[in-house]
Amino acid sequence: MWDVLKVRALVREEGLKQSMRVFNWKELKILHGTGEYLMFDNRNKRNLTRRKALSLLGVGAGSIAVQAAFPTRFAIGGDAKIKIGTLLPYSGTYTWLGESITNSFEQALSSHGGKLGGRNFELIKVDSEAKPPKAAGLTNKLIDQEKVDFIVGPVHSGVAMAMTKIAREENMMTVIPNAGANQVTGPLCSPNVFRTSFSNWQPGHPMGKVLLEEGKNTAVLCYWSYGAGKQSAEGFKDSFVQGGGKVLKEIGIPFPKVEFQAALTEIAAIKPDAVYVFFAGAGAVKFVKDWAAAGLKDKIELVGPGFLTEGVTQAQGDAAEGIRTTLHYADTLDNAANRKFRAAYKRAFGKEADVYGVQGFDAGQLIRAGVDSVRGDVSAQYDMIAAMERAVIDSPRGKWVFSPAHNPVQNFYLREVRGGVNEVVRIAMENLADPARGCRA
Amino acid sequence: MDWLSLIIQILNGIQYGLLLFLIASGLTIVFGIMGIINLAHGSFYMIGAYLAFTLSQLTGGLFTAIALGIPLTLAFGFLLERFVIRQLYHRDHLQQVLLTFGLILIFNELQQILWGGEPKSVPVPEILQGAVALSDTLSYPIYRLFLSGVCLAMAATMYVVIRYTRIGMQIRASSSNQNMLNALGVNVRLINSLVFACGVALAGVAGILAAPVETVYPGMGEQILIVSFVVVVIGGIGSIRGAFFGALLIGVTDVLGQVFLPSAASIVIYGVMAFVLLIRPSGLFGRSE
Amino acid sequence: MIVLPPRPILIALALMVVAFALIPMTGDKYWIKLITRMFALGIFAMSLDFLVGYTGLVSFGHAAFFGIAGYTLHLISPENQAPNLAWVLPVSVFASAIMALLIGALSVRTHGIYFIMVTLAFAQMLFFLFHDSNIAGGSDGAFIYNKPVFTILNWTVFDLGNRYALYFLSLLSMMTLYLLLTVVLASPFGAVIQGIKVNEHRMRALGYNTYYYKLISFVIAGAIGGYAGFLFACIDGFVSPELLGWRESGLALVMVILGGVGTLFGPVLGAITLLGAEEIFRDRSLVGPLANYWQVLMGVFVIIVVLFLRGGLGGQLLQFVRRKKEQGL
Repeated sequence: MWDVLKVRALVREEGLKQSMRVFNWKELKILHGTGEYLMFDNRNKRNLTRRKALSLLGVGAGSIAVQAAFPTRFAIGGDAKIKIGTLLPYSGTYTWLGESITNSFEQALSSHGGKLGGRNFELIKVDSEAKPPKAAGLTNKLIDQEKVDFIVGPVHSGVAMAMTKIAREENMMTVIPNAGANQVTGPLCSPNVFRTSFSNWQPGHPMGKVLLEEGKNTAVLCYWSYGAGKQSAEGFKDSFVQGGGKVLKEIGIPFPKVEFQAALTEIAAIKPDAVYVFFAGAGAVKFVKDWAAAGLKDKIELVGPGFLTEGVTQAQGDAAEGIRTTLHYADTLDNAANRKFRAAYKRAFGKEADVYGVQGFDAGQLIRAGVDSVRGDVSAQYDMIAAMERAVIDSPRGKWVFSPAHNPVQNFYLREVRGGVNEVVRIAMENLADPARGCRA
Repeated sequence: MDWLSLIIQILNGIQYGLLLFLIASGLTIVFGIMGIINLAHGSFYMIGAYLAFTLSQLTGGLFTAIALGIPLTLAFGFLLERFVIRQLYHRDHLQQVLLTFGLILIFNELQQILWGGEPKSVPVPEILQGAVALSDTLSYPIYRLFLSGVCLAMAATMYVVIRYTRIGMQIRASSSNQNMLNALGVNVRLINSLVFACGVALAGVAGILAAPVETVYPGMGEQILIVSFVVVVIGGIGSIRGAFFGALLIGVTDVLGQVFLPSAASIVIYGVMAFVLLIRPSGLFGRSE
Repeated sequence: MIVLPPRPILIALALMVVAFALIPMTGDKYWIKLITRMFALGIFAMSLDFLVGYTGLVSFGHAAFFGIAGYTLHLISPENQAPNLAWVLPVSVFASAIMALLIGALSVRTHGIYFIMVTLAFAQMLFFLFHDSNIAGGSDGAFIYNKPVFTILNWTVFDLGNRYALYFLSLLSMMTLYLLLTVVLASPFGAVIQGIKVNEHRMRALGYNTYYYKLISFVIAGAIGGYAGFLFACIDGFVSPELLGWRESGLALVMVILGGVGTLFGPVLGAITLLGAEEIFRDRSLVGPLANYWQVLMGVFVIIVVLFLRGGLGGQLLQFVRRKKEQGL
């Protein structure tokens, strides 16, 4: 009874809007009376794990009591649509990523008769422009004006930072289908924020292991010296240097500059066993072509996280042949889910799916898993989060689960470009989880 | 670092500088003669690069793309001057900045609609493929030598045209006093149109030439625009000679900065600009006010 | 020298302020935040107008000061405790002022188009400094975890974490700074800088060291731009290098032009209109499928304003009032 009263008081304080959500983590904290944040970091034994906390509280009982006191939105209008806001770039350099993610996200949702947990849904698409200064305003727009139940986005890490902060404060269910900033599932980790893509640390990490296994012990690192590039380099060094490899030089290129000639000359003079690079999009195309044009292709091995050859092999042409990368997906991955996904995508949109599409598709699957588990009552946030944490996503990239910090624990594949296609060579690392440094919320 | 790679680095810098020169020269003459500050200049570079992509796909080669691209960009510049830029001659710089800022937004969106956001690639013509080997790992791509050669040739042509031809004389005259020139019976409007069209074509050609090495992607114009500004400011606004030496200075500084001061690589060129302005507020070859 | 606009406009502005003061009563979170953003950008545009419209210096790097203050707030505020507004605000504004002094000392030496390009280049330099280095999170940006609170001797007057407090602080700041700038412009100093705008050579011939006057004006504008940036950073609790980028500088110029150069109140209207226009162009229910191409709409809008709305909104208003007056007489 005390619990219910307390929640009622809190809800009244927070206003009508919060009553729709029933209760949030802060309130749960008070309910529980521990005075501590709920922990979902298993390594930190001193604290409660979240699942334990849920069972301690008897969430089921709690939410029933609260629901009795406050009819949820679902109960009010069973036919109200579930609103999902996408905050993705629909203009600017990253438009194609935004479109790819949106396409397959819709594809995932429209299966099962186009309903989520028995309810209809609608997408509210907001152009993020991939501009961080606008991110907070647009996130607010989705939460306060459109009153969405979920936010899906973004692509750009800077946007993700601003968005996640608000999502945490407002307790908004958020699924990140691309942006890899380590911080989001690190210091910023939050019960209501999930990521279906990767952390920047992840894709490069297995490459260090692969190189060492082949006896390549010296490397030069060359990357765009912005967040993603630096974090990717960290991931690589965490396996390469710790395994006994030696990094001879790190060359940072100001993002998004694509003038690589100076770096290439330097690399050629150092002559390492391998060069690990982080570039994507236009930078990836240009680096790979410059690499070949400078005659380095058959002399020094060029490796990197998969973005180096993802979606750009056509533009890279022959220069990309034989380049090996590691990533959590490859177009040619041979499993039933992937074949089905790719065929359906091609049928629906008339072009080949890509890794960003897979991430969007899984974001859709994740939301479906959550909403189905509460039969459409999205206000039952705890049950939904618990279901989403437990979800085993049957992804085109292979089945994967969430780490305690809500980042995928997934296989990373060693791929090689053959005939313009990223062919899977083998699994480079199985079930790799992000170290989630700094996650303690 | 050994001598060979240092020399190659300087070569890299010169090549980058020459490319910058093509863009900055257009920017600087348009300002020097018409008094127009054109933020959309970078967009012409981007348009050139996308033209190179489309034309070389349609016609099967970069050379035909260049041959078709020059008249196309000239015509585009001519029309743009006639219908938009002409409105700006008697406006202040502020309005010019804004209108051309608006043009950038429009060009970017059109680029999205026409070509989408994926980076495109333009193949290097077959006879220019390959690299000149200098040691077992060091070599220099032939296309870049070709690129530098073309840029130098264009710089020389520009010099000759402006210095020794009748139209060049009129252009020079129009940069000092358009009213006087008009009174002498020269069609100043036509000269303005031509100069602007040439400026657009220079940026366009730079885009076409750069397409095989730079790859073609959205936003490529804005990046180079700011650097071109720095070049123009260092060289002195309106001075083609200044743009030439400014471009080489920036090109070499940028590359060497990346090699010797990697942590400050992106800031070095601005430092150079600040230094030049300290000694000569109107740039190396600028007319002092 | 007319510094305050004619009475009918003053009355209209006062009514607008009253209307803004009433808006929070609706309790609509989104609009409160949006309008707070309009205020912050309005102050920003106003500070730029002081430079462009009264001193005759067209700066294309004004966003540098906007961003510097935000970053300073991030750097000086402790992670686990809300800092006191009484010291973080002055320090942040001071940081912007110092930066303006450094950049100004070099760029004010140049004229006209040089000045435009040089300010742009310096702002880009700062952008890269924050973007590529590890200061304050690099390209990913950084948070202001705890928004400042205003406390006097343990008594918390207000907390900027509260959106109403921030809203009213911004509104109040906007009015105060407007009045402050009009006072500055009415002072002898203001007369000199306006003289410099009209004819710098003559002012120099009269014995004024125009360099220092322009520099001081640049620093004032930078400091107020920093004030705006401080508020803006408090709204989102997030700073990113893009705040210093050339697009923000360009947008500020658009706001000034749209609102009317040299009117001081106009740029505020410009900021409100521009943000409002974006809201409209992005709204699918208003512009239909064109919302997908809202940036084209923005571009066309900007061009139309430049070409046809001479003097901007503020200029048009002034003309309108003047015409009415003449008819009245």
